[in-house]
Amino acid sequence: MTNSRAEILAKVLKNQPELQPLPADLVTVTHYDNPIENFKTILTNIGGSAVNVPDYQSIQDYIKTHFPNQRIVSTLAELSAISEQGWENQDPHSYENVDLAVIRAHFGVAENAALWITEDLMHQRAVPFICQQLAVVIQAKDIVETLHDAYVNIADSVYGFGTFIAGPSKTADIEQSLVLGAHGPKGMTVFILD
Amino acid sequence: MNTEFKDHSELSDIFNKDEARVDWHDETLWFVRAKRDKAAHGIPEWESLREAASQIKNNVLSNLHDYLVEFEENARKNGVTVHWAADAAEHNQIVHNILKEQGVNRLIKSKSMLTEECHLNEYLKKNGVEVIDTDLGERIVQLAEEPPSHIVLPCIHKKKEEIGDLFHEHLGTPAGMADPVFLTAAARTHLRETFITRKAAITGVNFAVAETGEFVVCTNEGNADMGAHLADVHIACMGIEKIIPKRRNLSVFLRLLTRSATGQPITTYSSHFRKPRPGQQMHLVLVDNGRTTQLSRPDFRNSLKCIRCAACMNTCPVYRRSGGHSYHTAIAGPIGSILAPNLDMKEYADLPFASTLCGSCSNVCPVKINIHEQLYKWRQVIVKEGYAPAKKAMAMKVMEFTLSSPFIYKNAGKAGRWFMKHAPFTVNNKLNLWYDHREMPEVPKESFGEWYNKNVKND
Repeated sequence: MTNSRAEILAKVLKNQPELQPLPADLVTVTHYDNPIENFKTILTNIGGSAVNVPDYQSIQDYIKTHFPNQRIVSTLAELSAISEQGWENQDPHSYENVDLAVIRAHFGVAENAALWITEDLMHQRAVPFICQQLAVVIQAKDIVETLHDAYVNIADSVYGFGTFIAGPSKTADIEQSLVLGAHGPKGMTVFILD
Repeated sequence: MNTEFKDHSELSDIFNKDEARVDWHDETLWFVRAKRDKAAHGIPEWESLREAASQIKNNVLSNLHDYLVEFEENARKNGVTVHWAADAAEHNQIVHNILKEQGVNRLIKSKSMLTEECHLNEYLKKNGVEVIDTDLGERIVQLAEEPPSHIVLPCIHKKKEEIGDLFHEHLGTPAGMADPVFLTAAARTHLRETFITRKAAITGVNFAVAETGEFVVCTNEGNADMGAHLADVHIACMGIEKIIPKRRNLSVFLRLLTRSATGQPITTYSSHFRKPRPGQQMHLVLVDNGRTTQLSRPDFRNSLKCIRCAACMNTCPVYRRSGGHSYHTAIAGPIGSILAPNLDMKEYADLPFASTLCGSCSNVCPVKINIHEQLYKWRQVIVKEGYAPAKKAMAMKVMEFTLSSPFIYKNAGKAGRWFMKHAPFTVNNKLNLWYDHREMPEVPKESFGEWYNKNVKND
């Protein structure tokens, strides 16, 4: 195996062409009149829903109305009144019957409605994928325009796992018919705190 | 796949027997291509994104040695075990050894064209390991015991009724049920149970960042994440060309990838794996399998820039009407036709000819690979190396003989016109490969040379 490493690297070195420069990093050149509205439109187009809320009480009220009598877990202390306590350190498989997981995102991206979430915001990596419905809370001021801005934000931050999530899990593998809820969440609600 | 070798044109004939299905396949892929156009046109700076992506990949290929070393070092620091595989056989052995060490004989796998290229599933099955593909399209073709026909849409060749029959047989759905929502829900139940019970997960890799040692996996279904975050062992398999220099380069590729592939603004999940979670093992297999050879070919090396979006397939008039299986290789379509001859020039000698050279593939390619030019160049290499199909080689020889002498050319033209006019059956028959699927043109009364002599010279 060590042989293969040496052989591959030797072949690469021998065969790679003359050095070509790495181009300059791209920046956002097309600006949105209203990035938040664009984020909401794209999110709706890809099967999610956006809800503007003034405070955490409104989020609790919304969840109580729309997700009654369900297993709800959350990483937000502000939502402890409506979520299960002591769920954090269990075997990830045990979250299979979580109806709604509510987590925070670092920021959202207007061009594609993606939300950047690292594992410290998930508690366990499986949470945003295994739950039946996902809700994410972001601040309105934390919506950037494009992925170029997004990676400026991420910069050299350290994480074990991070992901962009844009809308609910989906597939169109059967005759290009779009179906939400392939393996992961069947729905995604984004609470935008003003 | 087949005991008896059939080339692209013979396999296309099989696909083309059902004309209605060909039309449906053609229209479905054109619909995806149209969605790509809409998404691309929504980004005014689209062309500068393509140019940046192309330049980043040119830089990668020109500095691949150092980037690989940097990536490996950073991945190791992150707690990832890095393996190197010279070819498909070594890749398969490495994966099997990891599983043996863990005492695992059942695993799940999300989409990885590399493992298709290496025929990992067949290898593991032979060694008593059960593999369940978790991408819905891949699971469908796996149940049908077929390879994927498209790298992004693995079962694009299948009608929902056929999928309903497969699910009825394997998953117990009601007979005749072909509703995509119902069938997807059935697959969800079946696959979620598998996710919960498997200890090892294999994923592919879309991008691997040298600077940080992290790798990015993009899915819409969330199957790569479901597998990796629940499994005790995560094995990620990648070709050595998947490296990019910096994390920040991801913005360029993630903006291009899914817009080019399906017209979506981004995949639902773009997951950045940097470290295993506590108690988990993370392995990464770096695979050559001919890539260093392709790197040595100046005319063909930039095929290694490919990010596997499949835009070239969706737009290709030949692919859309011949189906992915007609390419008899893991990666079909125009890009597959310039990658495959590198692996085996004889077996895949037919593929560079499976193109009209219209250039649409090159126009939609997000990393600006000159696909149609490479197809043309492969034709020349293949004929020169003596791998051209016998009929084609003979036709070329006759052509060379005819065109090399003005006398023979003039008389051959005359004879041709005479035969087409007075004895059309000598031309319009099955022995004439050109007549197959084409109408012969109306015969002109005289050649251009004759016309010129009569009309221009006399002036």
